[in-house]
Amino acid sequence: MAGTVALSVAATSITRTRATTEPALVRWTLIGVVLVFLGLFLAVPLAAVFSEALGKGVAAYFAAFREPDALAAIRLTLLTAAIAVPVNLLFGVAAAWAIAKFEFVGKNLLITLIDLPFSVSPVVSGLIYVLLFGLQGWLGPWLAEHDIKIIFAVPGIVLATIFVTFPFVARELIPLMQAQGTEEEEAARVLGAGGWQTFWRITLPNIKWGLLYGVILCNARAMGEFGAVSVVSGHVRGLTNTVPLHVEILYNEYNSTAAFAVASLLAMLALVTLAAKSIVEWKSQRQMAAGKRTAAEGKVR
Amino acid sequence: MSIEVRHITKTFGDFTALKEVSLEIPTGELIALLGPSGSGKTTLLRVIAGLEVADPGSGAILFDGEDATSRSSRDRQVGFVFQHYALFRHMTIFENVAFGLRVRPRKVRPSESEIRERVSALLKLVQLDWLAARYPSQLSGGQRQRVALARALAVEPKVLLLDEPFGSLDAKVRKELRRWLRRLHDELHVTSVFVTHDQEEALEVADRVVVMNEGRVEQVGTPDQVYHHPANPFVYNFLGNVNLFNGRVEGGKVHIGDMAMELPEQMRPDAETAVVYVRPHLLEIDHQPTNTNHFRARVEHINPAGPLVKVELISEWGDPVQVEISQERYRDLRLKKDAEVFVTPKEKKIFVEKYSI
Repeated sequence: MAGTVALSVAATSITRTRATTEPALVRWTLIGVVLVFLGLFLAVPLAAVFSEALGKGVAAYFAAFREPDALAAIRLTLLTAAIAVPVNLLFGVAAAWAIAKFEFVGKNLLITLIDLPFSVSPVVSGLIYVLLFGLQGWLGPWLAEHDIKIIFAVPGIVLATIFVTFPFVARELIPLMQAQGTEEEEAARVLGAGGWQTFWRITLPNIKWGLLYGVILCNARAMGEFGAVSVVSGHVRGLTNTVPLHVEILYNEYNSTAAFAVASLLAMLALVTLAAKSIVEWKSQRQMAAGKRTAAEGKVR
Repeated sequence: MSIEVRHITKTFGDFTALKEVSLEIPTGELIALLGPSGSGKTTLLRVIAGLEVADPGSGAILFDGEDATSRSSRDRQVGFVFQHYALFRHMTIFENVAFGLRVRPRKVRPSESEIRERVSALLKLVQLDWLAARYPSQLSGGQRQRVALARALAVEPKVLLLDEPFGSLDAKVRKELRRWLRRLHDELHVTSVFVTHDQEEALEVADRVVVMNEGRVEQVGTPDQVYHHPANPFVYNFLGNVNLFNGRVEGGKVHIGDMAMELPEQMRPDAETAVVYVRPHLLEIDHQPTNTNHFRARVEHINPAGPLVKVELISEWGDPVQVEISQERYRDLRLKKDAEVFVTPKEKKIFVEKYSI
């Protein structure tokens, strides 16, 4: 839920002349529409989450977290993110590196495949795993024979999360690395640097802000994913419930204070993510601008 | 270190960038690879550096007589200056120059103080020691160019390769830098190859010029040789402005309009048409006919700005002709637009075209 909201406020305040701007009425109407929309769909729900959560006092709010099931859900969510994010970080960097710096057959197919999780409904992604690893699935009998549990267990949740958060890092890095080209790597190679040295000293520092940005989004989604995880989890309290699933269960049990208290955790994650995202965005834009300036000045004849 | 390129062919898909190119570069020389874009000059430079691999089985690159074809670019000990410099944008100028030393295996890596000393010396050499703590984005184009050169020199390369080293600089900085490069080369005497599409640059800086076209070497020679004794029409055409006159060959002479010019002895054979090339400053303009070898023309446009006056004429057979005359001559002639004049070639170059029908 968090992070997918594209909230980019233009921080630049340019004083424009009359010739290039709309009448005040038009401007303020448009800004007003946007603000009302944001208020209705973002600010009010967010406020509602916290007011409901704190409605019965601070004590009740914190009591919701002392419950063993809630703690288990938080632990599982953290564990899932701790596995899914590094895996997708490695995959994302490798895929972006391959796509941006090399020519090979099937490159376009790979780019399309990376986008697949974005275009498939998360519920369908979850079902794919059930079909693959479930008892009636293709690999089900073999897994049952060897006593490996994937569906309705932690591995299934991790797998589904990895699948859903697959594109974030790669998608962020591919355009960045393509824009940067391969000249700096070539320069490093001619100067005697090996493959690893080139990667650690040249490539990675050049993409670090883009990478961090991708990781933040990936993490937000990994912790907040509901659909795919819901299908494969089996909702076993204290065992296979992540935070979003736990919220649903509490809500369905009319335990709204606890539900909103736990939900407020996710809301706070969203806010932290937004803040981190803005900072990183600002940093990386400055770097991109500097890079572009270098390139543009280099090309002026 | 001497470089020898033997029958190198390089194709990118359907496009042949280099066709059986052979070239010898003796130790300590400064060579220019000159040609229009797409002539393969940059590809040749990259093949020498090992950044591009020649087509399998096509030939060899020899360094000091040793086959280096399969050596990786890491081990070729070349310094490469990229067209857009390719400075490491996240490193200071100092670290950029130090990079080649820092990535050496521990055994051969100089100590921190040695690195410091060497980098400072190099930055002094390129007159940029005061910018050591800056980042590439804070430097001007000319400064970046010099940093790129210092970085390439830091690893003490046996060969220095420069891809369009002055291509992206403005005209004035460009002229300063190329004189500076020439002086630097005279000081260091490292074998150097630079790519350029600017004939003036190649003729001014290089010991020898390699003129390339469509993946082939058209001519190799000193600037004087390629300029005054071009091997073929392409070279003549590429090294400066030139007027072309198409003529018939009859009785050992080339006829163009009323002009008849003697064919050089060795060109006499069965050709029927010949192309006469004359540089704009080798055409004489007069109000009166001076001798038999002249043609009539009408003044179309005069541009007196610059050291020479550029006059555009339309010849009696309707082709545009460019002539350059001195300011003094221009004043004496009192040329006006639409004036009828007589044009005499002072010196010309005749190339016979052979039709293979």
